[in-house]
Amino acid sequence: MPTVLDRLNLALHYAMETDERVTMLGEDILDPYGGAFKVTRGLSTKFPKRVLTTPISEAAIVGVANGMALRGLRPVVEIMFGDFVTLIADQLVNHSSKFRWMYNDQVRVPVVVRTPMGGRRGYGPTHSQSLEKLFLGVPGLKVVAPNALGDPAELLAAAIADDDPVLFVEHKLLYARPLLEPGKGDLIDFQVEQTGGAYPAFTLRPADSARLTIACYGYNFELARAAALDLLMEHEIFVEIVLFSQLSPFDLAPLFSSLVRTRKLLTVEEGTLSLGWGAEVAARAVERMDGLRVRRVAALDLPVANAKSLEDAILPSVQDIVNAALSLVS
Amino acid sequence: MDHNFALYKTMLLIRRFEERLLSEFSTGKLVGTTHAYIGQEADAAGIFSVTEPEDVVFSNHRCHGHFLAYGGEPYRLAAELMGRATGLVGGRGGSQHIHWRNFYSNGIQGGIVPVATGMALAEKVRATGKITLVFIGDGTLGEGALYESLNIAALWKLHILFVLEDNRHAQTTPVEKGVAGSMSGRFAAFGIPVWERDTTDVLDIRSAADETVRAVRSGAGPASLILHTYRFSAHSKGDDPRSPEELVRIRQFDPLTVHGARLTAEECTKAESEVDAVINDAFVRADADPFPVLGNQVRR
Ligand SMILES: Cc1ncc(C[n+]2csc(CCOP(=O)(O)OP(=O)(O)O)c2C)c(N)n1
Ligand SMILES: [Mg+2]
Repeated sequence: MPTVLDRLNLALHYAMETDERVTMLGEDILDPYGGAFKVTRGLSTKFPKRVLTTPISEAAIVGVANGMALRGLRPVVEIMFGDFVTLIADQLVNHSSKFRWMYNDQVRVPVVVRTPMGGRRGYGPTHSQSLEKLFLGVPGLKVVAPNALGDPAELLAAAIADDDPVLFVEHKLLYARPLLEPGKGDLIDFQVEQTGGAYPAFTLRPADSARLTIACYGYNFELARAAALDLLMEHEIFVEIVLFSQLSPFDLAPLFSSLVRTRKLLTVEEGTLSLGWGAEVAARAVERMDGLRVRRVAALDLPVANAKSLEDAILPSVQDIVNAALSLVS
Repeated sequence: MDHNFALYKTMLLIRRFEERLLSEFSTGKLVGTTHAYIGQEADAAGIFSVTEPEDVVFSNHRCHGHFLAYGGEPYRLAAELMGRATGLVGGRGGSQHIHWRNFYSNGIQGGIVPVATGMALAEKVRATGKITLVFIGDGTLGEGALYESLNIAALWKLHILFVLEDNRHAQTTPVEKGVAGSMSGRFAAFGIPVWERDTTDVLDIRSAADETVRAVRSGAGPASLILHTYRFSAHSKGDDPRSPEELVRIRQFDPLTVHGARLTAEECTKAESEVDAVINDAFVRADADPFPVLGNQVRR
């Protein structure tokens, strides 16, 4: 099976081949290096004029992309590490996401900002964070995250085809992952339902009736699956998993359908716990269903440490998910 | 003579528009804030007399003068400022956030500069022949995104004109407290040629603008135009720490007086009456227009 990286790279190649408005911008994205995580590899060789290596100027790169998008191009920006989204916050919040609405729907801003997020590689406090939560709930901005189940190529193609700005969050550990195949490996016992739309959500339903629902996105689906297997093997507890591709705006319909069956919600994310994705998901679920039980698993409210022992202790683990699930069904 | 009259009339249109606007605040017809262009009219009138109608413009918070000199309709701007559905952006943007044809503005200092830089890149890639203009004030020299953009614009030889209107104040902060070193040196450091004028004479500004616009259109790369000028009104409404004496002193540089001296008394009167009719019509019509409604968005 191709890896997530292969599929993302293919989507970029395909977009550049089929639409000459598509332009790449980013730091160190030229061949032979091909970007810090190699997602843009091969592009500058094939499309030398439309792959622009930039100075180390994150704010300006995204600003430039906004201007290009307003004037008829479809820029795709790579921000080398997700931690640097703090530097592009003004462009995303006060420019990209504002123009269409603020100019009374007279313009479109088809910008994609791709960035690798997440830890577990020992990169330390400023190169390991999951900061996407800072951009959830910004009107006019979509936040989307690929995973190894849906096709990352289709997801990225949809983002590039989107007329609105998209922050596309790629977890670093996903890059080397081969795509998963429903009905194979540890997905064998799950029936997979997929919503329609550009950024689908997936519901994994076990053979027997489930006692809780795990909501997650991106790389944390890998942990959620491992936890689900453990819960089944060690505790005979079946779980449903709802895996989102679109984080914001929040569209939780498939989760609500699952919760009607299980009435117990466990959210899993790698960002810090406070005011995270799970907090909003839980709030919306509880507002909707009386008597719902909820737990959240997330990183501790600490920077992500460099040492593996510390990093492992700070970021959520499979065992954390299992423990939370057990406390939820007890 | 004809273009002397036209330049005068553009400046007068801006002046009377802004005056009317400020007076409408007291009648309660306007909400929020505004940044009057009064005193700086020669900049916009001079620059837009040498640009092409299709050129792309990104303006800042003080955008009304730029918009009117660009050829924007006073009525649509008035309607926007009065929060009407017929406004430039349907009442969603207000004073600082407008868009019409190839004119855009946003109220975030600095952030518009990379956006304009990207617009220039798009026009270059699409080989449209359009140049892009972006307007900043002296205070905006403090924003880092500006320098990232100067670097990129110069590296990529973009057809963009950076217009720096130095009205010697950023809100209440005089330039001595806000800007260290040399203004022109900032652009020069990136290899961006500088045209610099300390004048409120629209003809001087027009000729400098003509040279810069030609340079940019020739494709040599970005250029900058630094115009030292005076803002006669408060920054927005009432935030003006300058002394009454200072406010009187700078009136000697009134661009309408400076350029008006080249016109006959009849021409000046003619300009006044034509402008008055346009402005009155704009505000009266806008005032009769409906307020926008939010459409079918619902609370969850
Ligand atoms: C990022 C940002 N910081 C602060 C402000 C508030 N603000 C609006 S205008 C202004 C002064 C701008 O001065 P200058 O650039 O000289 O332009 P001028 O108002 O003199 O035309 C300030 C501080 C803002 N709009 N955006
Ligand atoms: Mg100023």
